[in-house]
Amino acid sequence: MDEGALRTGLRPRQMYFLMFLMTLLTLPIVVGYLWIFISTFSRRTHGLIPVDIEGRPFRGLTLENWSFLWQDPNIWKVTLNSLILALGLTVGVVLISAMAGYALSRIRFPGRKGFLALTLILHAFPSVTLLISIYFVLRWLARIPVVGRGLPLIGGIGYNTLGGVILVMVSLQLPLGIWLMKGFFDQIPWDVERAALIDGASRFLVWRKILLPQIKPGIAALSIFTFIAGWNEFLIPYTYMTQQEKSTIATYINSLLSETAPVNYSQVAAVGLFQLLPVLLFFVFTQEYLLSIFSGGMKGGA
Amino acid sequence: MEVHLEHLTKRWGKVVAVDDLNLEIRSGEFVALLGPSGCGKTTTLLMIAGIYKPTSGYIRFDGRVVNKVPPKDRNVGMVFQSYALYPHMTVYENLTFPLKLKKVPEEEQRRKARRIAEMMGIGHLLDRYPAQLSGGQQQRVALGRALIKEPALLLFDEPLSNLDARLRLTMRAEIKRLQMELGITSIYVTHDQVEAMTLADRIAVMREGRLQAFATPEELYERPRTLFVAGFIGNPPMNFTQVEVIQQDGQYLAVNPDMRLAVDPDRGSRAAGRGRVIMGIRPEHITLARDGEPAHLEAEVYLVEPLGRDDLINARVGKETHLHFLADPALKLRIGDRVRLRVDTSRVQFFDPETEQSLLWS
Ligand SMILES: Nc1ncnc2c1ncn2[C@@H]1O[C@H](COP(=O)(O)OP(=O)(O)O)[C@@H](O)[C@H]1O
Ligand SMILES: [Mg+2]
Repeated sequence: MDEGALRTGLRPRQMYFLMFLMTLLTLPIVVGYLWIFISTFSRRTHGLIPVDIEGRPFRGLTLENWSFLWQDPNIWKVTLNSLILALGLTVGVVLISAMAGYALSRIRFPGRKGFLALTLILHAFPSVTLLISIYFVLRWLARIPVVGRGLPLIGGIGYNTLGGVILVMVSLQLPLGIWLMKGFFDQIPWDVERAALIDGASRFLVWRKILLPQIKPGIAALSIFTFIAGWNEFLIPYTYMTQQEKSTIATYINSLLSETAPVNYSQVAAVGLFQLLPVLLFFVFTQEYLLSIFSGGMKGGA
Repeated sequence: MEVHLEHLTKRWGKVVAVDDLNLEIRSGEFVALLGPSGCGKTTTLLMIAGIYKPTSGYIRFDGRVVNKVPPKDRNVGMVFQSYALYPHMTVYENLTFPLKLKKVPEEEQRRKARRIAEMMGIGHLLDRYPAQLSGGQQQRVALGRALIKEPALLLFDEPLSNLDARLRLTMRAEIKRLQMELGITSIYVTHDQVEAMTLADRIAVMREGRLQAFATPEELYERPRTLFVAGFIGNPPMNFTQVEVIQQDGQYLAVNPDMRLAVDPDRGSRAAGRGRVIMGIRPEHITLARDGEPAHLEAEVYLVEPLGRDDLINARVGKETHLHFLADPALKLRIGDRVRLRVDTSRVQFFDPETEQSLLWS
């Protein structure tokens, strides 16, 4: 990072000006988050200032908006579900992408080019347009005995199960994952792989022991991306699971936005913050890996 | 182990990387594959290692066809130009990786690693990662990794070309010593003819996928069979001039508008009466005539390139014939100086300009 700053060739003054400009531009977002934070602990707010019922400023602080944590058992169910969804998605996407990416990077087989082009198109394809056809697929999967809707933890892989949602999301995330992994494999010199083959490794062992360790940063970055995508996903669980307040955190929030009763926005904000916290923490600790996906690099290596 | 290549061919689509290669390598022999970049050396080596599948032809190890044997079962060790060390493993882990795959007991792994490290002079580096080593050290590790499993065949793909000149000399000597001590059949790919000449028992010269010659260094130097081999072997390269060889007064004369050179009758007779031929003279076979000594040729110094121990002189004979030779820098030859030259005419070469085949050796 520091080197990057040095290499921009900017003088300190220009640097400060740019910083100022960026601060100005991000201010609305920062204020938005600040508001969410403050309002979750307040009865009401005037702008960023908490007020009580009579409108006196800096009064009316409360934990009431967070009461869902101890009053609504559903929150823990949806949190667990979100966690399972995010983890399942991550494991599925990373595992398949790492294998497919290797094959596409290293093995010449008929249809390789076509497959690459197709995955790229699939990645660009808006998933919304697939919702209805996927619905029929999931309905059909649900009819498979046991696997359809009789599995522990994820329910199954059919309609109205967490596993079904994971399945759909894995396939939607795969094109990007495969391309990323292929890119990382492409950067490893052939000779290292050849050396390992000559040293006595099988193709699988080469993948497992020589190549995977070298693209660790890529795998970490893809894992983090995928985990966050799964944790935050709304559309797929909303579409394919029937009970919003029992599906994932995102649908749980949506279920709070009832159209008939008045909406307690402070509570919505609190749940939103609850959902955001792990992501924020996660991001703070892993941003270096995330950046490596953009620079596409394994700088330094071991 | 004996290695036989029979009609070995590799095509990449329309590109013919290796074209009908026939080679018989004896057990314990050190063979260099020499040729300019892109002539198919690496492709040949990787086919022998089992990484590439031949398009056609056979590879035999001790008589057994190994075309379909996977690399791990061929018992070869290979050293790459890029070293190809495993960057996420320490030197020790790199060295023992082949043993681990063979499920050699830990104790034996340690013993062998220590012995190899000792032999390669990298005993103090075992805990380092490849990125923390110099190029020379990395190459030693790569060599050690290739040797540790005691292969029946060692393959080298330009192992020294990423090292600086000084280190290259040391490593070259070391590879030679190791190979002689261990007696492992070795194939050494290089584009550097000096490396090939100094290391190899026999040199296979390749050009555009085809084998040009396969012979000992002396043979290639003294009796090159093609124009390409003659020009490729030897440093500085051989001088070539178009001449016609005529017989006159019992002498054979190599004649062109710039010169008349009486040549050895044994050699001259084979080139005589063929019209235009190409005559080759090695720079080291041209010397300055001492005072009172008769000269073969008179020339004018056209260019002086100091090489340190010698000056490489480009001299012009007549209007447009140029000859390179080496001269003592103490003589301080300058551009424009007139020089009198003697040629060791018993060592000139003659080639057919059409077929580029030697007229002397076939
Ligand atoms: N994997 C490959 N795919 C296509 N062409 C290749 C491949 N490897 C080598 N070639 C081609 O084959 C020829 C010989 O290459 P190579 O064996 O690497 O030459 P060298 O090692 O003598 O420099 C070159 O023209 C090269 O472009
Ligand atoms: Mg090569």
